[in-house]
Amino acid sequence: MSELLQLLTPEGQRLHHPDYDVDISGEELRGLYRDMVLVRRLDTEAHALQRQGELGLWPPLLGQEAAQIGAGRALRPDDYAFPTYREHGVAWTRGVDPVSLLALFRGVTNGGYDPTDHGFALPTIVIGDQTLHAVGYAMGVQRDAGLDSPPGSGVISFFGDGASSQGDVNEAFVWAAVNNAPVVFFCQNNQWAISQPLSRQTRIPLYRRAEGFGCPGLRVDGNDVLAVLAITRAALDRARRGDGPSLIEAYTYRMGAHTTSDDPTRYRVETELEQWRLKDPIERVRAYLLRTGAGDRAFMDEVDQQADDMAARLRQACRDLPDPAPDAMFAHVYAEPQDLVQQEQRWWREYLGADHG
Amino acid sequence: MQTFRMPDVGEGLTEAEIVRWFVEPGEQVDVNQIVCEIETAKALVELPCPFEGTVAQLHATTGEIVPVGGDLISVETADEPPAREPVLVGYGTSNEKPVRRRRRPTTPQGTQSPEAGPPGAETKPVRHGGYEVARSTEERLTTEQPRPRTKPPVRKLAKELGIDLAAVDPTGPGAVITRADVERAAAQRQSAPTGSEQIIPVRGVMRSMAKAMVDSAFSAPHVTEWLDVEVGESLRLLDRLRERHPDHKWSPTVLAAHALVTAAVKHPRVNATFDAEAEVILVHPAVHLGLAVATERGLLVPRVANVNTMSLVQLAGAIGTTTEAARAGTLPPADLTGSTISLTNVGVFGVDGGTPILPPGQVAILCLGRVVERPWVVNGQIAVRPVVTLTLSFDHRCVDGQLGSQVLSEVAQFLHDPAVGMAG
Repeated sequence: MSELLQLLTPEGQRLHHPDYDVDISGEELRGLYRDMVLVRRLDTEAHALQRQGELGLWPPLLGQEAAQIGAGRALRPDDYAFPTYREHGVAWTRGVDPVSLLALFRGVTNGGYDPTDHGFALPTIVIGDQTLHAVGYAMGVQRDAGLDSPPGSGVISFFGDGASSQGDVNEAFVWAAVNNAPVVFFCQNNQWAISQPLSRQTRIPLYRRAEGFGCPGLRVDGNDVLAVLAITRAALDRARRGDGPSLIEAYTYRMGAHTTSDDPTRYRVETELEQWRLKDPIERVRAYLLRTGAGDRAFMDEVDQQADDMAARLRQACRDLPDPAPDAMFAHVYAEPQDLVQQEQRWWREYLGADHG
Repeated sequence: MQTFRMPDVGEGLTEAEIVRWFVEPGEQVDVNQIVCEIETAKALVELPCPFEGTVAQLHATTGEIVPVGGDLISVETADEPPAREPVLVGYGTSNEKPVRRRRRPTTPQGTQSPEAGPPGAETKPVRHGGYEVARSTEERLTTEQPRPRTKPPVRKLAKELGIDLAAVDPTGPGAVITRADVERAAAQRQSAPTGSEQIIPVRGVMRSMAKAMVDSAFSAPHVTEWLDVEVGESLRLLDRLRERHPDHKWSPTVLAAHALVTAAVKHPRVNATFDAEAEVILVHPAVHLGLAVATERGLLVPRVANVNTMSLVQLAGAIGTTTEAARAGTLPPADLTGSTISLTNVGVFGVDGGTPILPPGQVAILCLGRVVERPWVVNGQIAVRPVVTLTLSFDHRCVDGQLGSQVLSEVAQFLHDPAVGMAG
C-alpha cells in the first residue's frame, strides 16, 4: 500500500482506497465526531483538575483523538484491548466511565473498573509491558478456540513510538508472529517520547519494522478517524480469521505535554505545533460534515452542549470521589486471603489506632 | 469566598514561583480560566481557576515563591464552598507564609527583567479545536522564541547572577546552556558594549507572511524564468483607456493581470494546486487572481475572484477596489485567501525583477518589473523603447519548463501587442 493511508484530508476532502475504505452512514460519522469532541473535552477537563490539585497526574491525549476513537470503534464487544496510560479515548469507546480514570489518576483506586466488563485492561504505566500481556491473552483466545479453528475474537495492544525501542515490545512482536497470535499492535506514533524525538527511536518508518518480524506493517494518518477505523477493522478481521498479527503505525502528534509533569516548551518549537494544528483530527470531520450536509451547526452546538454538561458532571464527580480506607491496599494483593498479608493488615490497623503523640 | 491554593502540579513538588498573574482583584473569572503562570523546578505551568466569581485577593506577587498548599487567589463566589479541599495541596506546608525571593543584582541596562513579564501584554486564550487549552500573552504566542534549554540548577544560577538565559550562547550538547556558559555570560557583562539589538516581534500579517513563505519555499521546487518585452502598444492602450474610463486606475498591472488570466485560461495547469500528500494536481475551474499588495501592516495577497469571467474594464475596477480595501484593512478574511494564481508588481519600487516565491497552494506567480526606456532593436536599428521585465516562478512538480516558458512568452506577446492578445 502507499506510504500513508488517508481517507479524509485535513481540509475535509474524502478520498478512497481500493483495499482499505469505509462505507459509513451520516449517523456513524456524527457518532465519531461526537466521540472525538467529548473525549477532547474529557481530556481538557481532567487536565484542569490536575492543575487545581484534584489529580496527581494526567497524561493528555490532545491531538490523538482520531487515532484512539478510530481504533476503539473498530473493536467488537468480544475483542480485548490493552492500553497504555494515555488511552482515555479507547476507554471511552469501551464504555469505561471516565470518572474511573479520574479515580485512578487521583490515586484513590488501583484500578477503578473491572477489565472483563469492558474488554479493556487496566492502564499499564510501565512502558510497553502491555504488548506482552496482549500477546499472552491473544494466545489464550487462540487456544480457547482451538489451534485449528479461527480465533473469532481479536486483541489489540496500544503503545507509542518510544515504546517501540523497548525490549518487551520487540519480544512481543516475535512471540505474536511465531505463534500467529490474533493480535493487532497499534502504535500511536505521536513523534515524541517525552522529550526524545522520533529520530532517536528509529532509522526507518516504524511500520516497516513489522517485515523483520514476519507480519504486515501498515501506516495510517492517525489524525484521520475514517482511515484509522478502516485499517484497524481490516487488521482485527485478519486476526479473528486466524491470519495472525499485524502492526499499525498511526502517524499523529501529541499536541500537549507528555504528562502534567512535563514542559514541552523546553524541547520543541512552536512552528511544529502550528503545522500539526492544521491537521486537527476534529476539524476535518467538522468540515466534511458541514460540506456534505451530514451534520449542521445545530448538531455541533448540541455536541458542544453535551461536552459542557459532561465536563461539569466529571468535575463534580471527581471532587466527590471517596478516599479509600487506609488499609484498602491489602485488599487486592491476592485473589484469596493470605496469612502474611492479613497479619500485616492487622499490624497496620493497630499502628493507625495507636496514639503516636 | 473560596481560596485556590498552590497545587502540586508535578508529582512531589514543594513550592513554585509566581511568574505572572493574568487577573486582578475585582475581575470576573470563570471556572478553568487561566489565572496565573507559575514556574516549578520542572516546568512553566499555567493554573486554571477552580471557581467562578470575582477575584477578591491575590495572595502572592510576581517573583514570590509559594509553598504547595499556600494561598494563591481568593474568589468571591455565589456557590457554597466545596465540602473538601483538593487532595493534592497542603502536605503540611499550608501554614507557611509565602517567602519573598531574594532580590537579584540589578539587571543590565536595556534588558528587561524576565520576571516582570511584558508590560501591558494582553492575555489570550490558546484554542485548539474549539477549546481553550491554555492562555497565553500576545508576546508568548507570537515571538516564538523557544525557551532556552538548561537544567534547573543552572537556571537558578542564572537568576542569581541576573543573566537572561535567552541571551546566553549554549555550548552543551543539544544546545543546552551549561553552568560555564552562564558564568561566561556573567563575566562578559562588564565588558559588553553599550546598546543592544532592537527586538521586533514577528506578529500579525508579518508572521503569516513569514510562515507562508517558509511553507512554500521549502516544499515547492521553484523555477524562475524571465523575459524582457517592449510595451509601447500597451502604454498607448492604457492612455486611451484612461480617457475613456477615467474612474478606473489604468496601471500596467491591469494589462499584465489580463494577460496572465488569458494564459491561465488557455493553460489550466498553471491555475492549479499540487497536493503532495494525496499525490494529485487539483486544476481549478475558475481563476482567482492573487495580488501582492504592500500595506502598512506588511505584505498581503488579496484575492480578486472569478477574473476569468471579467472584461478588461471590470478587471480594472475589481483590482482597484481590492487593493484599496487591502491597504485600508477592510477586506474580509475570506478575500485574503483562496487565490489560484498570483501577480506581483515590483516595478512600483523601481526594480526590474526578482525570484518571486509562490503563495502556498499555487503553482505560478508572475512578477512585473518597472517600465523603463531602454535601447531596443527594431527592424535592425537600435531605438529607444519602453521595456518591462517579466518574471515567472512556477512549481516544477506541476508546471514543467516547456509549459512555464510558453505561459511567460504568451504573457509577453500579449503586452507587446495587446490588441492581438485580447483577440485570444
